[in-house]
Amino acid sequence: MHQLRIMVVCGFGLGTSMILKLKLDSVLRASGLQATTFCADMTTGPGSAYDLVVTSHDLLPRFQQDHRPAIAIRNFLSEAEISEKGLPVIRQLLQVER
Amino acid sequence: MLADYLTPATIRLRVGADGWPAALQQAGNLLVGAGACTPGYVAAMVEAVETLGPYIVLAPGLAFAHARPEAGALRLGASLVTLDPPVWFGAAENDPVAVVVAFCTCDDQGHIELLAELAHLLGDAQRHTRIRAAEDADEVLAVVRRAGQG
Repeated sequence: MHQLRIMVVCGFGLGTSMILKLKLDSVLRASGLQATTFCADMTTGPGSAYDLVVTSHDLLPRFQQDHRPAIAIRNFLSEAEISEKGLPVIRQLLQVER
Repeated sequence: MLADYLTPATIRLRVGADGWPAALQQAGNLLVGAGACTPGYVAAMVEAVETLGPYIVLAPGLAFAHARPEAGALRLGASLVTLDPPVWFGAAENDPVAVVVAFCTCDDQGHIELLAELAHLLGDAQRHTRIRAAEDADEVLAVVRRAGQG
């Protein structure tokens, strides 16, 4: 069974995307949902295999040409925002997987 | 663990900075002073924002400055500077910045726990507000300690 792959992308290096990934992992655990999350920056991200990309508002346009869903988070530390924007999309993708 | 890195030597409060590069340099110089990185690393932190824009402003009022380890990280390190007045980074929704955390690490894995603690510390609105308003390092360290217990 293919596990959902969520790519977390920030502009440079892995520090900021790591923080967002940590928060996203926390949100997934709290909601009991399973997914593989991984970090990328703009050099490694495009061209990776993923089902959903989570990124900043600045970078969102770069992923919107793709047919895959992309969401932008304003506050990387806000589990509330990540839950609100991410969970509906993730739940929908997980249903499609079945 | 965070209390090992955020100490009176790596915290400066109510700093006036003439623009965002100066704000980043203030935070970066604390890392240099602590022996965590070279001045080259601090220059790289500034250059990253010059090149890529203010992607480091990842929450309202908060900038998280870092560069690639190869730019001059010597060991794991973190510093915290609060800015008074807050500084504009050009980050539309999350400007202006009142708290800058600078961070460096030599390897890709060892810093994850420190990042998680920083995210936990600053992700709480009340803690963020207390840190912004703090007048001395002991106040910040008290917030760090309580966050570590929660």
